[in-house]
Amino acid sequence: MKPAGLQPGGTTTMSSKRVLIYSIVALCLLGLYLAGRRTAQKPKPTAVGNAAPDFSVADIDGKKFSLSDYKGKVVLLDFWATWCTPCRAEIPHFVEMQQQLGPRGFQVIGISMDEDAKPVKDFYQQFKINYPVAIGDEKLAQSFGGVLGLPVNFIIDRDGRILKKFLGATDVSEIDKTVGDALAQSK
Amino acid sequence: MIKNSIYLAVIVTTFLASLTLAQEPVLFDGTNPIVLSFQAPSGQNGPPADDAIPQSVLITPTDLAKELQSAKQKPLILYVGPRTLYLQAHIPDAEYIGTGSADTAQEKLRDRVKSLPKNSAIVLYCGCCPWSHCPNVHPTYQLLLSLGYTNVKVMYVATDFGTDWVNKGFPVAKGK
Repeated sequence: MKPAGLQPGGTTTMSSKRVLIYSIVALCLLGLYLAGRRTAQKPKPTAVGNAAPDFSVADIDGKKFSLSDYKGKVVLLDFWATWCTPCRAEIPHFVEMQQQLGPRGFQVIGISMDEDAKPVKDFYQQFKINYPVAIGDEKLAQSFGGVLGLPVNFIIDRDGRILKKFLGATDVSEIDKTVGDALAQSK
Repeated sequence: MIKNSIYLAVIVTTFLASLTLAQEPVLFDGTNPIVLSFQAPSGQNGPPADDAIPQSVLITPTDLAKELQSAKQKPLILYVGPRTLYLQAHIPDAEYIGTGSADTAQEKLRDRVKSLPKNSAIVLYCGCCPWSHCPNVHPTYQLLLSLGYTNVKVMYVATDFGTDWVNKGFPVAKGK
């Protein structure tokens, strides 16, 4: 008796099934590839514990810096604007934090969402800001999951991971506690 | 073989279409202004009783989203917050005016509405900050009021646009 696959007609049937299976597999792979590309285009997640997305910007004096320049430090990344009342209220405290905790490995970075640099420069001088401030844009904001309200503060640990996100007007003592714990726990 | 190919084509087309549709924002086609009637927010999440914008003028995000989905004619929606926030996400068909506290934005608002009838349905919104801290909606509402517009509503954003609109799954558009 001949094997079933070699019977007349059997070769054609097996060939059709193979073509069908290969086609399904190929299309599934194509679908996964397309889905992966779409996912890759989305902003990276900014959930607590994830790595903070690196960025490079110029401060209001034109000096370039990156978030990764501050790896090894606990970073407070502040999205703010000069016209935002709760943002303005926090900044004198951030200046004080920078002065007191800077030597322990703490760094504040301000990202202004103002449309014009002039009020930011005026504010910078008026409030004697002692940390880098840059003008942000929608791309930078989206890389942090979107900044659709102000202020937004991220606390980033020495390894570059997001420890906590504060949205809106926040009791600064909560920020103090998170930063204090991060400085105490890390090297 | 032909039958299998047809099945396969249908499956693949559906699959690829679903991939595309799942990512597309819902868009509204902007039409002429209409008369608005919404419920004002109340209770603990509402604005202070002495707010300069009367409660009768306020619209909740939920009411506005419902209205935009169901109404054949949409109100004119004007965004009076910062550009960086608008570019990330805004209500579909909302027009960018600029931060309402700035003179340039108020001038642009005057120009935008000057050809409209005084009873045009206009919705203002910002959402840059919690309602009580927003510097933009109050001056723009007052401006439209002083210009004689009688059918102006303001979307009450308690926390911010991200929390009160985007995170609730209401439609958004991005970019210019």
